[in-house]
Amino acid sequence: MTAAAAFFYLFAGFAVASGFMVIAARNPVTSVLFLILAFVNAAGLFVLMGAEFLAMILVVVYVGAVAVLFLFVVMMLDVDFAALRQGFQRYLPIGGLIGAIFLIELVLVVGTWTIDPGLVQAPLGRAAHGETATNTEALGRVLYTDYVYAFQIAGLILLVAMIGAIVLTLRERTGVKRQNITVQNARTQGMAVDTIKVPSRQGVEV
Amino acid sequence: MTPIQSVLPAITPVLPEIVLSVGALLLVLYGAWRGERSSEGVNVGALILLIFTFFLVVSQTGSVTTLNGAFIADPFARIMKALILIGSAATILLSRDYFQRERIDRFEYPILIVLCTIGMLVMASANDLISLYLGLELQSLAAYVIAAFHRDDVKSTEAGLKYFVLGALSSGMLLYGASLVYGFTGTVSFPGIVTALDGPSSFGIVLGIVFVAAGVAFKLAAVPFHMWTPDVYEGSPTPVTAFFGSAPKIAAMAMTVRVFIGAFPDVTAVWQQIIVFISIASMALGSFAAIGQRNIKRLMAYSSIGNVGYALIGLAAGSEEGIRGVVIYMIIYLAMTLGAFAVLLSMRRKDQMFETIDDLSGLSRTHPWLAFCLAAMMFSLAGIPPLAGFFAKFYVFAAAIKAGLVTLAVVGVVTSVVGAFYYLRLVKVMYFDEPKAPYERIPPGSAIVLGVSSAVVVLFFLIPAPLVSAAGDAAKSLF
Repeated sequence: MTAAAAFFYLFAGFAVASGFMVIAARNPVTSVLFLILAFVNAAGLFVLMGAEFLAMILVVVYVGAVAVLFLFVVMMLDVDFAALRQGFQRYLPIGGLIGAIFLIELVLVVGTWTIDPGLVQAPLGRAAHGETATNTEALGRVLYTDYVYAFQIAGLILLVAMIGAIVLTLRERTGVKRQNITVQNARTQGMAVDTIKVPSRQGVEV
Repeated sequence: MTPIQSVLPAITPVLPEIVLSVGALLLVLYGAWRGERSSEGVNVGALILLIFTFFLVVSQTGSVTTLNGAFIADPFARIMKALILIGSAATILLSRDYFQRERIDRFEYPILIVLCTIGMLVMASANDLISLYLGLELQSLAAYVIAAFHRDDVKSTEAGLKYFVLGALSSGMLLYGASLVYGFTGTVSFPGIVTALDGPSSFGIVLGIVFVAAGVAFKLAAVPFHMWTPDVYEGSPTPVTAFFGSAPKIAAMAMTVRVFIGAFPDVTAVWQQIIVFISIASMALGSFAAIGQRNIKRLMAYSSIGNVGYALIGLAAGSEEGIRGVVIYMIIYLAMTLGAFAVLLSMRRKDQMFETIDDLSGLSRTHPWLAFCLAAMMFSLAGIPPLAGFFAKFYVFAAAIKAGLVTLAVVGVVTSVVGAFYYLRLVKVMYFDEPKAPYERIPPGSAIVLGVSSAVVVLFFLIPAPLVSAAGDAAKSLF
C-alpha cells in the first residue's frame, strides 16, 4: 500500500466518521466542531487529488466562514435540539420512504454511469493547460476569459445580496448621539476649558 | 508565467445587459450619495434606463451567440426581453404613488427592479446551464427582497420569507437536475447537450430533466409547485405583486422554452408528458381554487397559475406553432395582468387600500371608465371574443390540436369555461351591485399603464398582424 492510499483511507475514514458524529452528537456545539473536522478531512482528500486550490477554498470558506457562522448561531440562539428531535419517531415512516426512493434513484443513476477513462487519469486543469500551470493559475485563466460572463453576473448577485441586507435590516434611529470625529479633533483648549479668575472670598457663578 | 491571450468576445449583442448593469451601479452610487432624498431621481433614472434598454433590444437584429457560447441573442430572446422590459417599466410607473403613500418610498426599490430585470434578460438569452442558473438566481434574489420590502408589515415579511425558503429549495432542485444533465452529457451548453443526446437517452438524463422541470415549474408557479403563489401575492405590496405577475412570469416562460426546446428538442417524449400533466393540473387548479377567493390579489394569483397552464399547452405541443402560441399568450397575458393591477392600485380611499371583490361593487357608477377597463380585462381573461384573451387561447389550442394533443385542448376549453365564472362575477359585482363611496382619483402612473394595456386588449383583433408575425419570427428562430 502506497503512502497516498494510506492517506486516502485516513482522510476518508475521518470524514465519514465525523460526518456521522455531526448528526449523532447530543450537543450542537460538538456537532459543529465535528462538521469542521469533516471539512478539513475533505480538504485533505482534495489535496490528494491534486486540487490544491479547492482544498484551500474549502478550508477558507467552509471552515473559516460558514462553520464559524454556524457556531455563532448555535451559541447565540440556544436552540434546544432535543425538542427538535421530538417528532423523529412520528416522521420516521414518511422520511424513511422518501429516503429509500432517493436511494433507489441514486443507485439507478450510478448504475448507468460510465466514466470516460481519460478523465480518471489526468486532472482537468493540468491536462488542459500544460503541466506547469497550478490550479489557481488554470482557474484564473478560464475565469477571466471563457467564464467572464458568469463571473460578472455572480458579482451582480453579490451586489443584490448586499443591497437586500441593507434594505431589510438598516434602520434610522432617532435620538442617538453620534460621535463626530472631525469636531472632536478640532477641539482646542479654549473650547474645552474656561479659565475664570476667582476673586478671593466672593466665589463665581457657574 | 506565460501571458494570457484571449480574444475579446463580441459585446454588441450583450449591450442591453451591460447598459442596464452600468446604469444600476450608477443609480446605486447616486442613491448612496443623495440618501433618502434621491428616491424621485432614482425612480425616473430607472424608468429612463429601462425604456432606453427596450429600444436597444428592439434595434438589434440577427441571431448570434457570444461569450464562449453562454449568451444567445435571437428573435425569441429579443421579444421576451422586450416584454420583460415593458413589464418592469410598467411596475415602476405603478409603484411610485403607492410607495409614497405607504411611506416606504426608498431609493433601493427601483434599483432592485433594475437588477432583477438584468437577471431576467440573462435568463431569456441563456444558452448554457450556468448562465441560466445565474440569471435565475439574480432575478430570484432581488424578488425575495422586494417581496419583503414593506418590512414593518407582518404579511409582507412573511411573503418574503416564504418566497425565499421555497425559492431556495426550487433552485436546489434545478441545480441538482442541471448537475445530472451535466454529468450524463459532459457539457453545460445547450447545443452541446443536443449533440450529446443524439442516441438512446439514459435513465440519468430522464431524472435530470425531471428535476430541471420541477425547478422550472416552481419559478412558473405551475401546479404542483404553486403553493407559495397565493401567499406571496397577497402579502407583498400590491405593485410588487403586479411585478411578480408580469415580468418574472415572462422570464420564467422564456427560460422554460429555452431549456426544453433549446437543450432537449430530440427527447420530446421524455418531457412532453411532464409538461402535459403540469399544464392540465395548473389549468384545473387555477380555475377551481379561485372560485372561493374574496381577495382580488389572491384571485389574481390563482388566475396566473391557470394562465401559466394555458401557455404551457403551446410548449407541450413542442412545435413551432406551439411556441408562437406561447409568445402570443405571454404578450396578451402581460397586458391583461398589468391592466388588472392598475385598477387594483387605484382602489384607494383616505390612505387605505381596498382589495376584496366586494369593494368593487357599483364601480360602474362611481368610476365608469375604470369599471369598463377592468371589465374588458376580465372578459379577455375569460377568453371571450373579440378581446385579446380569446386569440391568446386560440393560438395555443390550435397548436395543441395540430400536434395531436386533443385531450389537452379539450381540458383547456372546459377549464376556461369554469374560470369564466369568477372573472364574470367581478363584472357582475361592478355593474349590478349597489355602489359604495367613490375612490380617489387614479394616480397618473397607473392611468398610463391602464390606458395602454386596455388599448392592447380591446384593439388587438383589429391589427394582430405585427405581434403575430413577430411571435412567428421568434418561434422560427428556435427550430
